[in-house]
Amino acid sequence: MSSTFETIANIIAETCDIPRDSITAESHAINDLGIDSLDFLDIAFAIDKAFGIKLPLEQWTQEVSDGKATTDQYFVLKNLAARIDELVAAKGA
Amino acid sequence: MRLEYFQLIDRIVDLNLADRKINCEATVPTASTIFEGHFPGYPLMPGVLLVEAMAQTSGWLVVAANRFERMPFLASVKDAKLRTFVRPGQVLAITSHLEHEGSGYAVLNAKISSDGKAVADATLTLRVLDFPNAEMAEQMRKQADTIGLKIEARANG
Repeated sequence: MSSTFETIANIIAETCDIPRDSITAESHAINDLGIDSLDFLDIAFAIDKAFGIKLPLEQWTQEVSDGKATTDQYFVLKNLAARIDELVAAKGA
Repeated sequence: MRLEYFQLIDRIVDLNLADRKINCEATVPTASTIFEGHFPGYPLMPGVLLVEAMAQTSGWLVVAANRFERMPFLASVKDAKLRTFVRPGQVLAITSHLEHEGSGYAVLNAKISSDGKAVADATLTLRVLDFPNAEMAEQMRKQADTIGLKIEARANG
């Protein structure tokens, strides 16, 4: 499992008081873990700090609202980890 | 301060966008209906209004940072500490530092002191959204003028 996933799983466990072993790469942050938008701000802050990036939450939300993307693409943790890896790579490019 | 109108900041003393810091001043009024209940015979500035003063100070910093393009709304208060009583007539120095500007939110560390003595501090998260309507945006600009926040809105485009 990627270290990115491990990092965000640990952040979610600590931020939302969710047992770490219940968080998997297939977990959907909203639908499976019950994380609401306010808690996700705390998670986003921790992720931004940990990876030195700025998660484009507003862009993602807009894309979902417009039907251009599904929440799975951004909020299933393995996909979230992939998006983070892309942002980190783009930052270093 | 106009407590009943939730106008808690009297003036911007210093705004430093490069350092992402703001310093505001506010004088607690000597009389207010709030003090009739909080508390009879021993008027105190309510702690929730101290938190609100920190939130407003932080909000002005975010408004200045985005040049009136978006509006901050208080979303969460962490580690709020109310360290001493605040009485009518006290002058408060309220500072805030923008720790992180995320996508649609900002995290700030705010403090209040009076006569050099720590009064309160907290970490605040503000949601940063489009202004709900033009009237609110205009009122915010007017209030900014009143308290001496001198930031020009970005030109369109």
